[in-house]
Amino acid sequence: MSNQNRIYSGGRIDRSKSIKFKFNGTEYTGYQGDTLASALLANDVHLIGRSFKYHRPRGILTAGSEEPNALVQLGLGARTEPNMRATEVEIYEGLEASSQNCWPSVNFDIGSINNFLSRVFPAGFYYKTFMWPPSLWLFYEHFIRKAAGLGVAPTVKNPDRYEQKFHYCDVLIVGGGVSGLMSALAAARSGCDVLLIDEKPLLGGYLRNVTAQIGSLNSNDWINQTLEELKSYDNVTILNRTAVMGYYDYNYLTALQKVTNHLPYFSDKLPRERYWRIRAKKVILAQGAFERPLVFSGNDRPGIMLASAARAYLNQYGVLPGKSVVLFTNNDHAYGAAIDFASKGAKVTVVDNREDISSDISDRCNKFNIKIYPSHSIISTQGYQKIKKIEIQKVDQKNNELTGSLNEIECDLVLMSGGWNPSVQLFSQSRGKLEYNIKLNSFTPKELIKNQKVVGCNNGDFNLLDVLKKSYQAGLDFATELGKSANKSLEIDKAFEDLEFTEAKVEPYMIGKKKVTHGSKHFVDFQHDVTAADIFLAQREGYVSVEHTKRYTTTGMGTDQGKTSNVNALALMSHIHNKPVDNIGHTTFRPPYSPQTIGAIAGRNVDHLFDPERKTAIHEWHVDNKAEFEDVGQWKRPHYFPLKNENIHDAVNRECKAVRNSLGILDASTLGKIDLQGPDVAKFLNLIYTNAWSKLEVGSCRYGLMCNEHGMVFDDGVTTRISENRYHMTTTTGGAARVMSWLEEFLQTEWLDMKVFCTSVTEQWTVLSISGPNSRSFLSDLTDIDLSKEAFPFMKMKEGKVCGIDARIFRISFTGELSFEINVPSRYGLFVWNEFMKHGKKYDITPYGTESMHVLRAEKGFIIVGQDTDGSVTPKDINMDWIVSKKKEDFLGKRSFSRSDTMRSDRKQLVGLLVNDKKTVLPEGSYVVDEVKPRPPMNMIGHVSSSYYSPTCNHPIALALIKNGLSRMGDVVKIPLMNGKVIEATITDSVFYDKEGARNNE
Amino acid sequence: MFVIKCPYCGERDQTEFSCHGEAHIARPENPDNLTDAEWGEYLFIRSNKKGIHYERWTHDHGCRRWFNVMRDTISDEILATYKMGEEKPKT
Repeated sequence: MSNQNRIYSGGRIDRSKSIKFKFNGTEYTGYQGDTLASALLANDVHLIGRSFKYHRPRGILTAGSEEPNALVQLGLGARTEPNMRATEVEIYEGLEASSQNCWPSVNFDIGSINNFLSRVFPAGFYYKTFMWPPSLWLFYEHFIRKAAGLGVAPTVKNPDRYEQKFHYCDVLIVGGGVSGLMSALAAARSGCDVLLIDEKPLLGGYLRNVTAQIGSLNSNDWINQTLEELKSYDNVTILNRTAVMGYYDYNYLTALQKVTNHLPYFSDKLPRERYWRIRAKKVILAQGAFERPLVFSGNDRPGIMLASAARAYLNQYGVLPGKSVVLFTNNDHAYGAAIDFASKGAKVTVVDNREDISSDISDRCNKFNIKIYPSHSIISTQGYQKIKKIEIQKVDQKNNELTGSLNEIECDLVLMSGGWNPSVQLFSQSRGKLEYNIKLNSFTPKELIKNQKVVGCNNGDFNLLDVLKKSYQAGLDFATELGKSANKSLEIDKAFEDLEFTEAKVEPYMIGKKKVTHGSKHFVDFQHDVTAADIFLAQREGYVSVEHTKRYTTTGMGTDQGKTSNVNALALMSHIHNKPVDNIGHTTFRPPYSPQTIGAIAGRNVDHLFDPERKTAIHEWHVDNKAEFEDVGQWKRPHYFPLKNENIHDAVNRECKAVRNSLGILDASTLGKIDLQGPDVAKFLNLIYTNAWSKLEVGSCRYGLMCNEHGMVFDDGVTTRISENRYHMTTTTGGAARVMSWLEEFLQTEWLDMKVFCTSVTEQWTVLSISGPNSRSFLSDLTDIDLSKEAFPFMKMKEGKVCGIDARIFRISFTGELSFEINVPSRYGLFVWNEFMKHGKKYDITPYGTESMHVLRAEKGFIIVGQDTDGSVTPKDINMDWIVSKKKEDFLGKRSFSRSDTMRSDRKQLVGLLVNDKKTVLPEGSYVVDEVKPRPPMNMIGHVSSSYYSPTCNHPIALALIKNGLSRMGDVVKIPLMNGKVIEATITDSVFYDKEGARNNE
Repeated sequence: MFVIKCPYCGERDQTEFSCHGEAHIARPENPDNLTDAEWGEYLFIRSNKKGIHYERWTHDHGCRRWFNVMRDTISDEILATYKMGEEKPKT
């Protein structure tokens, strides 16, 4: 039988459009407009999933985003999505959903053994059990990970597209219920730019489920009419299926719009989801309230749901989820559900824990033959996969004990209502302050932040006419503040809900058959299986702060973030400590409000758009010539250029030899380059670098070290005086942006009167570094500049033509060989490179990459900032005291060189290391020790910072930072490797080749 | 996420800016004359205010200018922004 629980008419579903879908492999039929939950209830399916810890059968508790129980795995393959709330998922033709957290099936789940072992799984079970010994944690973790989590993540890449949108508006209204609609109406009529957001497919909120009158219309008609008016305004944007997830400073909010999730197909024109980043001048929160469950023994069985949810299924979806219905309540408002069910032919019984039932309520119930048990409580429930029977008994309120005879009631649906909690999550995220409202027994907004209002049930107001008026006024007030003419007054003078919510007590728990702390399962948090007993236990064990109780018991965690459980947990804590709830406080609400996909946050910033790639003008050639690339910051740099069967070592050895013996060429365009201009540049450089710059002549280059104020090296490079007031600074590839900011910081915040202008020119110049004994004769054929030793000595710069292109040639060297760095405008870079490759053939010109560059510079003992330094190294530590001016009065970092710590003699110092076996290439980062112990910890005296096989020396070389290393030349130290081997090495000078520096002075 | 009024460009999203700590800490004129303690004070000691705080920001993805911000660290309200070299506004 299909749709056996569907009533003949009524609701917003379209009975002419039936939809087939599958749940746990069985095909069912629903109607257009159904949610998965309503369609399953229509087919009398109550068992949806299994609970997290005890694997207890669970059904549908709510009709919205607060659902803790009815979580399903949706879809298949790459598009599967876990933990989807059946109460939110709209059905479409072909939808496939399945239960989570159960094996082999939801009807027979092996894990449910945990339910019978619950006495050994108390709160804090994992903390207590898996603490010792620490070495076994990796073993435990394997099993815990397997048990943890609810649904499963897809194992393949999601093929969908996610978009992002920035939106700016005058007034953002969160929530499309009656209060949100009224605020939107007022703001829209006043000409404000309005964005109205609701998480449901259909706006109207709670008033769609109940009997209410607004003006001369019933609430449904009024909502439809109001929506029509709002849609007619050009200044109004309405988003449905959109949940506001985060509320940050200055009215910045994020929202997730489900664009195609509810469709039976995936569109290639539309994204699956759209992530909205909204900046609103004014925000009105109109999110409504959540109904509170009651905490009684066995309150989690399928077939037990919130009264308001049942009303939604009945009135919006035409589903009568049960025919023998018990309502368990502590307030008048929930009687509306009893009456709705009775009027549709269900047999209804009310269990009310209050003593006095008003005559109005009694009269209404009499009309429908609804029997009321006042001062009663449900003390136990029965029915494994669905509720079958309850036991009720009278409660002696004074002594808080059961009295009188026990009654059994057979039923197939239990509705519960413990009052209403305003949805204060977003308000609280925005840093609004909450107060405890003693009438509602829940938290309501107290102190608003700037440019924010909270209206309707969200603000704790439940009187319909009041809500309409105040919400409308909120819209008008904001319109006035925004300078709009807010002259339209509200024309509604009459509005009421049949049975209005006014107040409710909050019950810590309902007295049950068994004592609450003795094995009775009074669930407080359904999703995480937290019972009242767990909260008691946490208090006994000292986790008395609300944040500790939350973490110890996991109440309020999970995908629902305790939307239905938080206030009940607090009430229970208040009861245990005999303190008002105010003094207990509440946990912090954090974004996101609902679970959200990471894909939407990432948007289009995935794959090649995740991080920009920077490429030099020569990149194309490198690719064509089979370079292996290395990422240096965002730059793609050739690592090495392997020929046919070469591995990295063969290639690097060949490249290095080419440089030492003939001619190598490096694409050095990625070096940071800053153009400095102004009359005060020399003065400025004197403060920025450790050495002196006043006497640098036009056309001369000088190497400099930059230190921060702590005296630690943070960048290096060569700066050249191009003309009287113009300098060309180079920086490390990775440090370019940092150095630029560093220069600007001091120019803009300390030395405001200095006339210096900095411009980044990194990408404007292509830099071709040619190096090797043949570089002069090679280059002299291609340039009009006199390259002779006398005319163009080391550390000079000349301007002229290279291959017919205007160029600057710098005679500087990072390899120790005779070298020239040719700078040409980037648009000519590839042309000049190609010319070089062509004309260089007779010298067997060899392109080399960063790996060879590293080897060549290490042979010469040149440092790489960031590899041989780590932010804790002074110039003296790297044996570069020679570059620190003793004469200059001041420069950045100078004062720190005379601090007691930087003056210590046992600081780590940069030295060379030669392995005694002449063949082991030490792994970079290896620890250096004097004494090897059987196992760590050992007394570490330093580490290897650079290490290579040197083809020039024919043995491995290394640089290391070693305590007091400069005074330990010739000492043998030990390097224990990960594989257990210990390598011995001798401390040496850090220059391994051409110590006199003769070669680059050729 | 703040909206920050750059004194040169006007109101922009916080993502365009970066913060660089407490403002109005002048670099000492003659560092060599300072004791280690005084130099340490300049390098390391910051007021870490609860309440009105003056701090340096840069408009990185805009004019790249440095400026000062007066912010209430409790409410995160930005009470004023002003150019480098200008007097700090009174509370």
